[in-house]
Amino acid sequence: MREELIISGRMNRLVDPVLNIWHWHIPLYLFLGGLAAGILFFAALVTIQGKADKYPTAAKLAPFLTPFLLALGLLALFLDLNHKLFFWRLYTTIRLESPMSWGAWTLMVVMPLSLIWCALNIREIFPRWDWKYPILFKTEAFFKNNLLTISWIMLVFSLILGVYTGILFSAFNARPLWNTSILGPLFLTSGLSTGAAAIVLMSKQQTERNYFARIDLMLIGIEIFLIIHMFMGFLASTQVHIEAAQLFLGGPYTTVFWMFVFSFGLVVPAILEILELRGFHMPHWLAPSLVLFGGIMLRFIMAYAGQASRWLY
Amino acid sequence: MRYAMAVDTKKCVGCSDCVVACQTENKVPIGYCRDWIVEVTDGTYPQLEIEIRSERCNHCDNSPCVRCCPTGASHYADGGVVLVTHEACIGCGACIASCPYDARYPHPDGYVDKCTFCLENRVQKGLNPACVSVCPTKCLYFGDLDDPNSPVSLVLKKRKWKTLIPEAGTDPQLYFLV
Repeated sequence: MREELIISGRMNRLVDPVLNIWHWHIPLYLFLGGLAAGILFFAALVTIQGKADKYPTAAKLAPFLTPFLLALGLLALFLDLNHKLFFWRLYTTIRLESPMSWGAWTLMVVMPLSLIWCALNIREIFPRWDWKYPILFKTEAFFKNNLLTISWIMLVFSLILGVYTGILFSAFNARPLWNTSILGPLFLTSGLSTGAAAIVLMSKQQTERNYFARIDLMLIGIEIFLIIHMFMGFLASTQVHIEAAQLFLGGPYTTVFWMFVFSFGLVVPAILEILELRGFHMPHWLAPSLVLFGGIMLRFIMAYAGQASRWLY
Repeated sequence: MRYAMAVDTKKCVGCSDCVVACQTENKVPIGYCRDWIVEVTDGTYPQLEIEIRSERCNHCDNSPCVRCCPTGASHYADGGVVLVTHEACIGCGACIASCPYDARYPHPDGYVDKCTFCLENRVQKGLNPACVSVCPTKCLYFGDLDDPNSPVSLVLKKRKWKTLIPEAGTDPQLYFLV
């Protein structure tokens, strides 16, 4: 038997007895960032493919959400900081080793891109929109002429944003549950899946809904594969990783994870989407809403469970 | 120069003098601590073995906290001591999450705080860190590993030692004499 006790007393706030430094802000931001990345990715993709008119929700309408999603996420990030007045320090340096620095700079690129995208499609919402100043008309014309270039830049940066939401966690080897390179692809896939779900939710055309439901179905399949792979990797790794996996395999996070993320967030919406594509009548909002719910639960559970996993010595 | 500390687990009695000395010297806010005592009990009664350790930041050579800091506030100072520049710290908590020893905490003033080896307030003035100078059993050794005659170099040559979770890849510089 082995027992380790801190006998001098140590109760540092937010660190003891279990690390609790990150609350709702970080997982909420990771969800919103992933969702925005997914929407922007599909907007860029259908534009590059020349199918913007065939899938107008994906190309033009859904991207209007992204500046708000990103702003909300950034607000959550800002609220999370303990030394708020120094937040600008993020932008006085580029630290290649730090995923958070990468993320801050990526947002610096994605946020303006999403605004440009909205500006280019503003007439979809306000048909009589007038930029008033000639310089703004010229700017619009410039971006319209370079739409393909912008689409490619947005495609790449939305992927970076989506992967980064997972890498932020996976870079911490002090928290074994987070310390898996699967987390980057998993959060990217989940972000793309929630992006597709948001498009299905917003779209009024049957063909567009079916197209993105099919994409979502494929992404859900990949997600399930990645989750199984993640647990296989943990169970074949060191003791601390095995213990991290056991948080979900009999430990305190078992029910919430397998019920809310795996069942209601992945398996059930997948079944609903299959049935709908086969012609059964389903409420259109149900499957995509569940996917969004699963996406947010995945972030929250990984954030909290990760902080509960640790090295023992 | 490479500052390091050795803790003699055979001599440490766990009196917590080092903890109080640090809190006093560094004006650590009430309710927080930068160093602490761990008591490890191995075995089943009556065959018990006890190890007592005075722990603090390991001032790792490969510090995850320096690596993940987005602003460069966490940095290597003189002799490899890991410090936090208060005015560059945004309090994001990444370094706190990255430390496998949980050696850092968010200071009530917003920035992240931790053991400094008393670098600026004592060591650079030729004194030992507060915890070392106050230890009643003299179980703490501090010095420069590049100096073969420093107290820490001498005791590490003479005695068997271990570091904490070296498998975490941090290359810790807090040595425990066993």
